[in-house]
Amino acid sequence: MHELSIVEGILEAVIPEVEKYNVNKVLSIKLRIGELSGVVPECINYYFDIASRDTVAEGAKIVIEKVPVTIKCPDCGYDGVIKIGHFKCPECGGTGFKIVSGKEYYVDSVEAE
Amino acid sequence: MEIKIVKQILEWNEDVSKAVIDELADKKVALINVMGSPGAGKTSLITQIINRLKDKYAIGVIEGDIAGQIDADKIDAMGIPVVQLQTDGACHIEAMSIQNMLPMFDLDKLDVIFVENIGNLVCPAEFNIGEDLRVAILSIPEGDDKVEKYPLMFSTTDALVLNKFDMLPYFDFDVERVEKNEKDANPDALIFKVSNKTGDGLDKLISWLSAKISEKTGK
Repeated sequence: MHELSIVEGILEAVIPEVEKYNVNKVLSIKLRIGELSGVVPECINYYFDIASRDTVAEGAKIVIEKVPVTIKCPDCGYDGVIKIGHFKCPECGGTGFKIVSGKEYYVDSVEAE
Repeated sequence: MEIKIVKQILEWNEDVSKAVIDELADKKVALINVMGSPGAGKTSLITQIINRLKDKYAIGVIEGDIAGQIDADKIDAMGIPVVQLQTDGACHIEAMSIQNMLPMFDLDKLDVIFVENIGNLVCPAEFNIGEDLRVAILSIPEGDDKVEKYPLMFSTTDALVLNKFDMLPYFDFDVERVEKNEKDANPDALIFKVSNKTGDGLDKLISWLSAKISEKTGK
């Protein structure tokens, strides 16, 4: 239920940037969201429609690119994807790794005219 | 045209949490973020900690709740400075709220502030609030599958407190499963088995907390 905070964050990231380019309309906003972040895309769309009213981003389409959880294993050198809920190296079964990606939460780019 | 932005959506939260970290570093006050489900025992753990550490450290508490101030009244009755944060429906506490609450305390006189986050295993884990430590509480009746189900909460916590441990005989709760999953989720996390009611197991937790608070305050 904190998707409204996220939507406000999206608008704060986008609007000052696009204003630099003198655009009329934002067509789409591409987000990169890690699988560990627990964000519900449907809720983002819903709140975005409300929060973006009367802004340059009104009506923009939200495009979400999910980022899988990846690790780097110090034991066997495995460098790649793991499944959520299986916090184990798929190669050697080790657990002493740090998560490399999967917690992302950012606006990548926008398409505007 | 395409405009590249690459900006954290919650960047403002990260910025404010850094400001909170700086302010509390300057004042040598530790901030401890206590998280867990409704009913896991967050308030009773904080009151137990207060009872055992109040002679050693000057303690303050921020009570986060969606509504009401039942928990804040309990802490206030102990003579501890407490601020009730009502989130009006929001599922988590943000760094901005902590920044706004800090002026309500006399930080020169405090050593540690405990923040009781909103009862929820999902959203609070996503927002840094400028804390030095995260403590996640899981109580035996909640079940032994929670670490697997809520990976962000349990992979970012510094300590997992298994509360209501005295209830173990009455529930099908596989302690080894939880310990193993917690070590998988976060190899650095410490696990404490306690009962807020009987006081069992609290000594170890208190001495760990005490060492961490002393690191920050220099006391």
